[in-house]
Parts: sequence; structure tokens; C-alpha cells
Amino acid sequence: MEAITSRVGRGQVLLADGAIGSLLMARGLPRGAAPESLNLSHPETLEEIARLYLDAGAEIIQTNTFGASPLKLANYGLADQTAAINENAVRAVRRAVGERAYVSASCGPSGKILQPYGDTEAEKMFESFQTQMQALIGAGADIICVETMSDVSEAQLAIQAARSVSPSIPVMATMTFEATARGFFTIMGVTIEKACRVLEKAGADLIGSNCGNGSLQMVAIAKEFRKFTGLPLLIQANAGVPELRAGQVHYPETPEYMAEMSRDLIRTGVAVIGGCCGTTPEHIRAMGKVVDEEMQKRHGLPVD
Amino acid sequence: MEILKQIAQCLEVGDDAVVPPLVRQALAEGIVPKTILDEGLIAGMNTVGEKFRVHDIFLPDVLLAAKAMYAGMDVLKPLLISAGVSSRGRVVIGSVQGDLHDIGKNLVGIVLKGAGFEVIDLGNDVAAEKFVAAAKSQDACVIGMSALLTTTMPVMKEVVDLLKKENLDGRIKTIIGGAPVSQNYAGEIGADAYGYDCAQAVAGVKKLAAAVL
Repeated sequence: MEAITSRVGRGQVLLADGAIGSLLMARGLPRGAAPESLNLSHPETLEEIARLYLDAGAEIIQTNTFGASPLKLANYGLADQTAAINENAVRAVRRAVGERAYVSASCGPSGKILQPYGDTEAEKMFESFQTQMQALIGAGADIICVETMSDVSEAQLAIQAARSVSPSIPVMATMTFEATARGFFTIMGVTIEKACRVLEKAGADLIGSNCGNGSLQMVAIAKEFRKFTGLPLLIQANAGVPELRAGQVHYPETPEYMAEMSRDLIRTGVAVIGGCCGTTPEHIRAMGKVVDEEMQKRHGLPVD
Repeated sequence: MEILKQIAQCLEVGDDAVVPPLVRQALAEGIVPKTILDEGLIAGMNTVGEKFRVHDIFLPDVLLAAKAMYAGMDVLKPLLISAGVSSRGRVVIGSVQGDLHDIGKNLVGIVLKGAGFEVIDLGNDVAAEKFVAAAKSQDACVIGMSALLTTTMPVMKEVVDLLKKENLDGRIKTIIGGAPVSQNYAGEIGADAYGYDCAQAVAGVKKLAAAVL
């Protein structure tokens, strides 16, 4: 398979998948359990979800390893199973997609805060990410996706950990921003300008934002990224901000709405588009149509 | 009292090296520990909570301020105990689901401790049954719950319902907070109080505890 980095370098826009957690819960993941515990007990569920997104047209399929660094797994007493949890997740997606899609290995925050603000040493956090990366890369992931980061130093450590295991594996990195009266910041106070500078220097191949925001804010975030980096961008919006309706959680953005917003993202220069919380295979399918239309326009072909 | 303002300001910028000597200086000036606590440390922490809420400052600033608060508390604690400032009661707190964003809950916990409550922090991802079981076994008078995601708010209602079912709603009161939560939501689910920010949450807990004990 041609590497993702090479394809986006040729001006292609790639479709990534949507939310996993909500689909896991719908398939019986108990509340309070580590979502990654299913990697040991029910790898067939991971395959099933990967196939749903593959069928919806996604070319980049995430592994269920968001919280699978040993520091994070320790909260559930699963740190000693780090290797199996990560390897199983990569292999499950590979079995489902073969070579028809890229296996994107998710790596979320450790849940710890680095010194001097928190009590975790940088070295300890690096080692934790490195242990996870060894398993992910060893099991054959095509790309690493460091995601939902708030602390840019933590993101940097995760990227460096991936690079320490494989100097050549492509790495994507996203952070989660909040809109404030003074612009976009992560909860740790990181601006988009700073995120661009640090993530780029750490060696990420694609950078961008996921979670925390609906599509409209994500267009603004993508434009801000474009100001500060020449790297290809990756955006995964939530299906809006969730509301409670009669006690049920409801994400307001429809597949059609998110698809139309994807057009704006593509025109802003976003190279990888997917979904985060609240998005479904239907959202991804609708976004995929827009990706195809925009690609045909970009290459001067008639839109059918 | 200039020194109390100074303590609050140094706490706000997270200067944990300067807060303890200032607290000692205030004591030397004859200010009683309770006043130093309320008008110095807690006043400063309340400002930090408010600034965090409006995105004037971010998590690192809050964490440093909390360290400074604890440094000041270390000086005051033995004096408060020997002065016979007794516990105002026990409070169980937790996030119904959380990540880094559980700082709001942590802030409330810090200030509650400062205000003389015994705080049992159950951490994140706390299920309804766990809140109630902890409150029962610890003989707590208030359960404080924080939600940062709309998706997890229903757990708050489960706690309220569970207390009613076990006929505990008379002696264990509930207060809720967090970004997606509102006074309306508190009313809707039958929670006893809502805290918009840290200061309001602490005031709410005081009122509830006073009513029960």
C-alpha cells in the first residue's frame, strides 16, 4: 500500500472512521470498564466495528487503543496486559480490513499530568508511551495517531516514543481545543500556534484537532492551523455538542450537515477527515461522498 | 488587612514558596487561623476557580495554586485543630465520568477541606451505587457530583433516585456541578443544590450540611 503521507502529499483527501466507544457500548461494554478490556475478551467486536466503517468508505480505521498506555491501563489493573491489548487491537482491525484500509493505531493521553504541575516525570511518561508503541508497531500498524491531547509536551513525548520504535512510521497528532473569548486553547492553555510549532518539531507528519467541538468550530480551528503550519491537516469533529433529550444523550449534527461542513474543511486544506464522539458509519458515508465530489473538482473532472 | 490580600494574591499565582511565610507572618500579626484561612487561602482559591471558569487561566495555573494552598494549609492545620475548629461533617465527592477535566471537582474538594469538611474523593467514573455506598459507610451528609460530559449526566439522577429508594434522602443531601449541568437540571432530577462555580458549590455544601447535622 502507498503510505498515507505519500498520498496526502499528492493532494489526496483521505476519509477516516468515526466514533468507536459508543458502538462498543451498544454492544454491551459495561459502564466503568476499560473499553480496551474488550481487546482481550471480544476481539471479534472490534473486527465488526472496523468492517462497519470500512463498508462506509473509510480508508483509515482506528484501533481500540486510545487508553492502552500502561500508565492509563494501571487505573484498571491492566498495565501488565499492555502488549496483548495493543497487539490484539491492531490484528483485529487488520483481519477486518486487510490491505483495503490503513490500520491507524490510536494513542490517547496517559491521564497523568507532567511535572511541575502534576507528579509524573517526563521519562516515566515516555517509557509508558514507548511500551504501547512497541506493541502497536510490532503488530503491524500502518500509522500512529496520537490524539485528543491537551498538553503539547505529552503529545511530543508520544510522538518521540513512536519514532524511537520506528523512525519511518507515519505519525498523526491531534489536540483538543476549547473556544474562549481570547481564541482557541486546550485546557492546559496551549494555543494552536504553539501546537503547530511543537508537534511539527516533534516530527509529526500530519497534525490537527479532534473532539471537543462540532463541525462549525472545527472549520475555524482548521483555518487557524493553516495559518501556522504547512503540514497536512487532520480533523475529526464531534457530531456537535451532546444534549440530553428525555434522559437520552443526543448528538445534534446529522450526517448531511457534517458532510456539508466537510466541504469547508477540504477547501481549507484538510487532508484527512473523520469523526469523533457521536459520529456513526452513516456520518462517515455521507462525508465520503463529499470527499469524492471535492476530489473530482480538484482534479478537474466532471462531478457525476 | 493587607497581609491577607497578599496571601490570596500569592496563592493565585501559585507561589508555594511565599505563601507559608506569609501565613506565619499573618499569625505573628495576631490574625486568627480561621480568618487567614477564609480571607487569605480560600479567598484566593475562589478567585482561581472563577478565572479558570472564564478561561482567563488554565489547568497548570490551577494546579500550582492548589499546591500553594496546601503549603499554606500545612502551616494552619495544627493550629486549627488545637483551636478546636471541629469538622463540619463528611462530604463524598466524585466525577460521574472524568479525565483531566475533573479539576473542577478537585478544586471544590480542596476548598471544602480548607473550609473544615472531611472530604472523601471517589475520583472519576464513579457509579451511582458507589456514591451511595460510600456516603452510607462513611456517614457523610452530602454527596457532591460533577459531570463534564452530557453523556454522563444521567448518573446524577440515578444517585438521587437511589437515595430516595433507600429512604436516605433526608440525611444525605446531593449537590451537582460541571459544565453541562444547570440549576434547571438540578430541579429536574431532584438534586438538593447546584453549584455554578467553586465558591457557590462550597456555600451550597455548607448550607446542606448545616440543615442535616
